[in-house]
Amino acid sequence: MTAELVRGQNHPLSRNRVEIRVSAGAAVLALAVTGDETGRPAGPGALAHPGARALPGLEVPDRVGDRHRFTVDLDAVGAAVHRVRVLLVLPPGGPARFGAVAAPHVAVAEPEGAALAAYTVTGLDSESALVALELYRRQGAWKVRAVGQGYAGGLGALLADAGLAGPAAEGLTAAALGLTASGDITLAALPGGAAPTLPHGPRSPYDAVPGAPEGPAAPAPQPPDPLPAPAAPHAGTPGPGTSGGPSSADTLGGPAGATAGAAAAGAAGAAGGPPTIDYAHPRRRRTSAEAPEPAPRTEPAADPGQPPRPVAGDASGWSMDERLYNQVWGMFEDLARTVAAYRGAVDFADSRLDRELDAALSDPAARLGGSANAARDTARARRDDLVAQARAVLDRDLAQLTAEAEVVEPALPPAYARWSAPVWHGRSTPAEAPLALRLGDLSLPERPELRIPMLMRVPLERGLWIDNGRTGSEAAMTMDTDRLRRAAMDMAVAHAVRLLAVHPADALSVHVIDAAGAGAASLAPLVRAGVLAAPPAAGAEGVTRTLEGLTRRVDLVQMALRAGAPEDLPPDVDPAEQLLVVHDFPHGFDDRSVTRLRYLADEGPAVGVHLLMVADRDEGSAYGPLLDPLWRSLMRLSPVPDHHLADPWVQHAWTFEPDLPPRDSRVLEQALERIAQDRRSARR
Amino acid sequence: MTVNMTKGQAISLQKSDGGTLTAVRMGLGWQAAKRRGLFGSRTREIDLDASAVLFADKQPVDVVFFRHLQSDDGSVRHTGDNLVGGVGQGGDDEAILVDLQRVPVHIDQIVFTVNSFTGQTFQEVQNAFCRIVDETNGQELARYTLDGGGQYTAQIMAKVSRAGSGWKMTALGNPANGRTFQDLMPAILPHL
Repeated sequence: MTAELVRGQNHPLSRNRVEIRVSAGAAVLALAVTGDETGRPAGPGALAHPGARALPGLEVPDRVGDRHRFTVDLDAVGAAVHRVRVLLVLPPGGPARFGAVAAPHVAVAEPEGAALAAYTVTGLDSESALVALELYRRQGAWKVRAVGQGYAGGLGALLADAGLAGPAAEGLTAAALGLTASGDITLAALPGGAAPTLPHGPRSPYDAVPGAPEGPAAPAPQPPDPLPAPAAPHAGTPGPGTSGGPSSADTLGGPAGATAGAAAAGAAGAAGGPPTIDYAHPRRRRTSAEAPEPAPRTEPAADPGQPPRPVAGDASGWSMDERLYNQVWGMFEDLARTVAAYRGAVDFADSRLDRELDAALSDPAARLGGSANAARDTARARRDDLVAQARAVLDRDLAQLTAEAEVVEPALPPAYARWSAPVWHGRSTPAEAPLALRLGDLSLPERPELRIPMLMRVPLERGLWIDNGRTGSEAAMTMDTDRLRRAAMDMAVAHAVRLLAVHPADALSVHVIDAAGAGAASLAPLVRAGVLAAPPAAGAEGVTRTLEGLTRRVDLVQMALRAGAPEDLPPDVDPAEQLLVVHDFPHGFDDRSVTRLRYLADEGPAVGVHLLMVADRDEGSAYGPLLDPLWRSLMRLSPVPDHHLADPWVQHAWTFEPDLPPRDSRVLEQALERIAQDRRSARR
Repeated sequence: MTVNMTKGQAISLQKSDGGTLTAVRMGLGWQAAKRRGLFGSRTREIDLDASAVLFADKQPVDVVFFRHLQSDDGSVRHTGDNLVGGVGQGGDDEAILVDLQRVPVHIDQIVFTVNSFTGQTFQEVQNAFCRIVDETNGQELARYTLDGGGQYTAQIMAKVSRAGSGWKMTALGNPANGRTFQDLMPAILPHL
């Protein structure tokens, strides 16, 4: 598995003898410089260049070229060496800057084997020398970091910055580059500088696993349209407060919606000692003591008058995932507001037209004199003019947001990505719970093809309710009940698989209640893969048992938290997050079970028990208003496109479209196989 | 350099190089009330509020104030309510930022107002001022000193309005009375 690094990211190395593979868009010189604990080279001898190729443990290539491979034996570099930096330099005579050639790609690989980590150095412009990556010692183990620091001043500036004194740096530069320029070394078609340049050519065959996630700024292919055609035609323009359905517009929480950490209190200290408080976010690896991942560099605009070209991850945050989350919510807000401006202008133009027409017609003198027609035409022209202006502004904004969506969508990690995204085919085991989860897509009728990922923070503060009732929306009305129910249950299974796939192995357990077995067809993949905590609970007895088990867990964890000892749980209590999928509610539920379910919906999210209901509200109507608080506490989603969601800023009615695995793809099965495999290896 | 505008004076928001202004900020600052005696928290706090009312053809269509911090279209933003005031040394305690390029096409005037929410007149407030700043370079376009301004609790400060393809600003400086911008509406309308 190749880890595709982004600038600043580091990755542990599983072995100490590695091969560095470089492929560049032009003939380059690959050099290496070693450094001590502070990163400073010990002297001019610490640079390996074609004039002095070998250093202990490594030997750099002797010629320029667009492909290089050389081996570094980190066990042999010597105890004083803590850093080995790989440098790329454009030799004189070729292209003068890295911005003019395709982005160099550097991989750290097993000798003659698969790549361990790879990095595409993007965002370069006038630089002619750069530190591509560095291998460094951290607590006895070696790691690799993607550096990507370029120098417009060339190798001399790079060495001077690395800590070599000016004259030494100049001398070395002359020695390293002079040799190449003097012709001692075979210059692979350097004179035209053209032959080895592959501006957008293919990368070398060994450096990327097909389908591996691309670096965020790398030009990744736009995934094909992911959603299967909605089974029902798209209902027309939504008015505000549409869908006379069971629940009114459901406002999405803002991005700042704090995740209620389950185990907020820290573990108690030594026996009898005062409890220590852990201020770290319970699910966040990064703390403010650690440097954040650096942000991607914004590319300069092509023209000064043009808006800057959008870059994925162009938002604040400590990690790339957090940046992308904030960027998606930023796009969501910008789209809501820019459409609000457009709708406001059009409404105003229409009301002004009405007023002016009234005025023109109510004046009898004008009516007789024939000036009424002129007044009417003027009023219409004024209206059309204003609407055209508003439309121009809207189109400009939508074009910018579309361009942003095009770079953001391919950069999304699996938890945020569509099922059809290539990232789902890469083999990756998450190390920590995700920040958020994609529930579907949101769009507005002004530009239905511009779809914003609907991201919800994880752990889910609210349960989810996939409405399989036909009275919920217009699109659902046109579907027959069986297909609608099947679609709803398929969607629930897809969400469950997504949650399982983006959590570390055994960090999430899924329970299913399917009292009458009506969802068996949809649940089959989950059951087959063996990733459920228990077989789907059937019958009234199964319902009671499952709910009792989860209620007990909620009680015990709450008690433990209150006592300040969240670690001291009985050994049979599963510390993982729990997801309960309830199908066919209220079949198989007695009054006691209904009460338990409501209890879980209220108390569960705070202690890691989450609810995913697939239900038709009408079927629970026998309980009367008793269940209203339950439905209200859940986030309603629909298995067909629907307009029931409102944004938190201007309350537009958004079209929600579920994101389902493409019909003929095996992505769901593949994800399940991976989950099952991860669990087996985690338990071993 | 500060241009002290006089009442009714209008300036075009054109930069000297011919480009038009793209962003302005209305800033409001005042000094917090002096702390009294033992129960300091019972000091009578002074709360001034800055508001911006957006008009389309003399109809108010949106307002940005402490209960609605951002206009629906996102072009006008309030930085948040300050309930007590600051140290009174010239810094803005409340600010409203207007991104003129993003203002919807039908909005043609934006009026800035100041109200005393806690009811003190400007005579009782120390070091109170409001100003309009060119957000791109920090240059002050207009400034009013509010303290000692007489028995008023509000001021209709200035308006920016569309002029050709750009915007122009008119200093109004009209004293009035009212707790929030709503009380000022009758007083604002003659200025449109």
